[in-house]
Amino acid sequence: MAAYLEFDQVCKFFPGVKALNGVSFAAHAGQVHGLLGENGAGKSTLLKILGGQYKPDGGRLLVDGTERHFTSAKDAIRAGVAIIHQELQYVPELTVAENVLLGRMPTRFGFLDKARAHRLVAEKLTAIGVDLSPSARLADLSIAQRQMVEICKAIMQDAQVIAFDEPTSSLSHRETDILFRLVKELRADGRTLIYISHRLEELYELCDACTIFRDGRKIITHEVMADVPRDRLISDMVGRELSDIYDYRERPHTEARLQVQGLNGKHVKGPQSFAVHGGEVLGFFGLVGAGRSELMRLLYNADARTAGTVLLDGVPVATGGPADAIAAGIVLCPEDRKEQGILATASVAENINISVRRNDLRGGVFLRHKREAALADEFIARLRIKTPNRQQEIRLLSGGNQQKVILARWLAEPGLKVLILDEPTRGIDVGAKNDIYRIIHEVAERGGCVIVVSSELPEVLGISDRVIVMREGAICGELPRAAANETTVLRLALPDGATSASPAPVTAHGASIAAMPTYTETPAQPTRSIA
Amino acid sequence: MSATQLNPAAAASPLISRQWLSDYSMPLAYLVLFAVLSATVDNFFSVTNVVGLMLSVAQIGMVACTMMFCLASRDFDLSVGSTIAFAGVLGAIVLEQSGSVTIAVAAGLGAGALIGALNGVLIAYLRVNALIATLATMLMVRGLAFIVSKGQAVGINDDNFIDFGDTRLFGMPLPVLVAGACFIVFGILLNQTVFGRNTLAIGGNPEAARLAGVRVERLRVWIFLLQGLITAMAGLILASRITSGQPNAAQGFELDVISACVLGGVSLQGGKARIFGVLIGVLIMGTVENVMNLLDVDAFYQYLMRGLILLVAVLLDQLKTRGERR
Repeated sequence: MAAYLEFDQVCKFFPGVKALNGVSFAAHAGQVHGLLGENGAGKSTLLKILGGQYKPDGGRLLVDGTERHFTSAKDAIRAGVAIIHQELQYVPELTVAENVLLGRMPTRFGFLDKARAHRLVAEKLTAIGVDLSPSARLADLSIAQRQMVEICKAIMQDAQVIAFDEPTSSLSHRETDILFRLVKELRADGRTLIYISHRLEELYELCDACTIFRDGRKIITHEVMADVPRDRLISDMVGRELSDIYDYRERPHTEARLQVQGLNGKHVKGPQSFAVHGGEVLGFFGLVGAGRSELMRLLYNADARTAGTVLLDGVPVATGGPADAIAAGIVLCPEDRKEQGILATASVAENINISVRRNDLRGGVFLRHKREAALADEFIARLRIKTPNRQQEIRLLSGGNQQKVILARWLAEPGLKVLILDEPTRGIDVGAKNDIYRIIHEVAERGGCVIVVSSELPEVLGISDRVIVMREGAICGELPRAAANETTVLRLALPDGATSASPAPVTAHGASIAAMPTYTETPAQPTRSIA
Repeated sequence: MSATQLNPAAAASPLISRQWLSDYSMPLAYLVLFAVLSATVDNFFSVTNVVGLMLSVAQIGMVACTMMFCLASRDFDLSVGSTIAFAGVLGAIVLEQSGSVTIAVAAGLGAGALIGALNGVLIAYLRVNALIATLATMLMVRGLAFIVSKGQAVGINDDNFIDFGDTRLFGMPLPVLVAGACFIVFGILLNQTVFGRNTLAIGGNPEAARLAGVRVERLRVWIFLLQGLITAMAGLILASRITSGQPNAAQGFELDVISACVLGGVSLQGGKARIFGVLIGVLIMGTVENVMNLLDVDAFYQYLMRGLILLVAVLLDQLKTRGERR
């Protein structure tokens, strides 16, 4: 069978980075082809070339045997290539039909023919088994429904190649099932499908073949994905064997250093209290919307509190904004790295120095450029931050390296006492995750308090000395490491009455690559106690 | 688009020169403009004319320094023109009443700082959109200028005060030297202090900056306060040069200042600013106006030209950033 889509020695270079270095692979019609790799491995760059957003610096792209040179997204669409981006691209104020037919609305005597548009789109939606009204506004739909609209659009454009970039990252369990069914139908229809995901379970379920990327190179293409063992996939992606990525070790704890007393505010239900000991890693688990991030933001003075005090080593922390928390030694790596963490257009060095520089100014006023540069270089080396140099704009780094820069910003604080991490490894590859866990344990070993908020249950269980569970805006339970396992934590986290239900919503699709080594190492244990 | 023939080394090297070009395109363009005009326009390349040119943009230059901070923090200030007029009028009236230059200057500067602080508080703490807040203060302050002067120009007779606009040091008029000093001081403030860095940070991403420990609201108020202060100074200098406080002075001044900043490469999206760029932007504005005057171009066409130049500069900037994304 001839390949429908073929990449031949494709290269793409950015200043200082070889994003793609002579990549070749072929995808066949009627197959789902998975692309695997850590962040920054080159998958997204490849997709952008396929979608006409980037021009390759070398190599050939063939669609149905014809060499193609896309100069814009339009070219790609015309050649029958559609990309379903991670961040969906639609007009929220327009209807489903208008979005699907955007730029190609049928007209009658020069006026829009809405009736025909609705009929066309309704037919197509029914054909792919999606229950949506063509006249619904996109803004009123769920993310999953918007994704369906996007897919419908691709089919309307008669796209023979459809590429999905981490489509399930913000979908619920049931929505994922609907998406999978649709992908399988498109495959049966004879289209060529490209599927990028960090979740191995999904890839095994959907993909016929897969290609693994690392550092801008193709490592290998497996024509029959089902035959490839999971360990093999992971070690190919990471480039080394991973044993225990959590690196947990027993540590002595000191007295309670951080005491949160009766903290209350918006999005939190009633006053919340807890304490963290010196040398302790405290995990915060809960379903999305349980109020974990909101509680951390109150503690960090990022949002206004209505009641409560925070004591650090017995001294109340001033409440005039994050700057006061930082001055006291409490720091936060926020959940939304792009929007709240990084200063996107500033350099790596600037992102590291922004806070700590206040302690070391010439005459209390002027910046010390040399010391700042030296500090940045020190942390780039120490945390193994992959960047061409300290002047690089941080937005050009991969997610894991951006997270390390934010960590460097706080580790540079001489008075660091409490490190709060909100979803520290979201969208981060296995290698960088391991580095971040190492840093967490280092801070704890030096007697600091660490709070880790995470939706990845294996991660919470893997690194925490103690787990606090939140549900519907309030702390609902606490488990020492010895008593914390999937069953006990989920029983607390799930709404009442759902306890007996299968814990699938969190484990099956919520667990990502990070969890995989653990799964394979402890096959005999149905509930993974970490004691 | 012959992607196949390109080898990686050849692809990498133009990027460096493109970076260099994008950094220095404006100064280069200005040098070329200056050389061409010197060769083609009579009376352009003379000490008298060039000094006159600089004097004509001295006020714009001073205010552009602080407007740069404003724009870099993703804000906006439309009230500077009105503040210039009000500070001039107030200074003239206080001078008339008290007879003391010191008190007059203090009153003008104090009023400017107060207007700036008001803008800052409205925008930072009460979260009024900067465009609307400063549009409101622009109207109110202009109104105040007319009210305190009863709609009449207020004459200035004090020689000490008038001398300030007239005096030359090393052949340079004092207002030009003050503008130069502004560029140096605010250049240092931007590049060598936490104030400047944090301004760029809140312009780039206010929420991230706040979570990184920047006291965003306080900083915003200071930026606007400085803007008001420097603007009032420019207003007093203008009053000294024209020997009166004019309530209708400097109409449209805010647009000239913002134009100069944008010409100088300050991003309206915030987070990016270069003092040298702003200097070039101010000089381009002044040069074009000067040349049109020398060539006796009708004032109506001058508006057309100034608009066109601003548009071209912004379009060039767009092309540059699009080039970076490719």
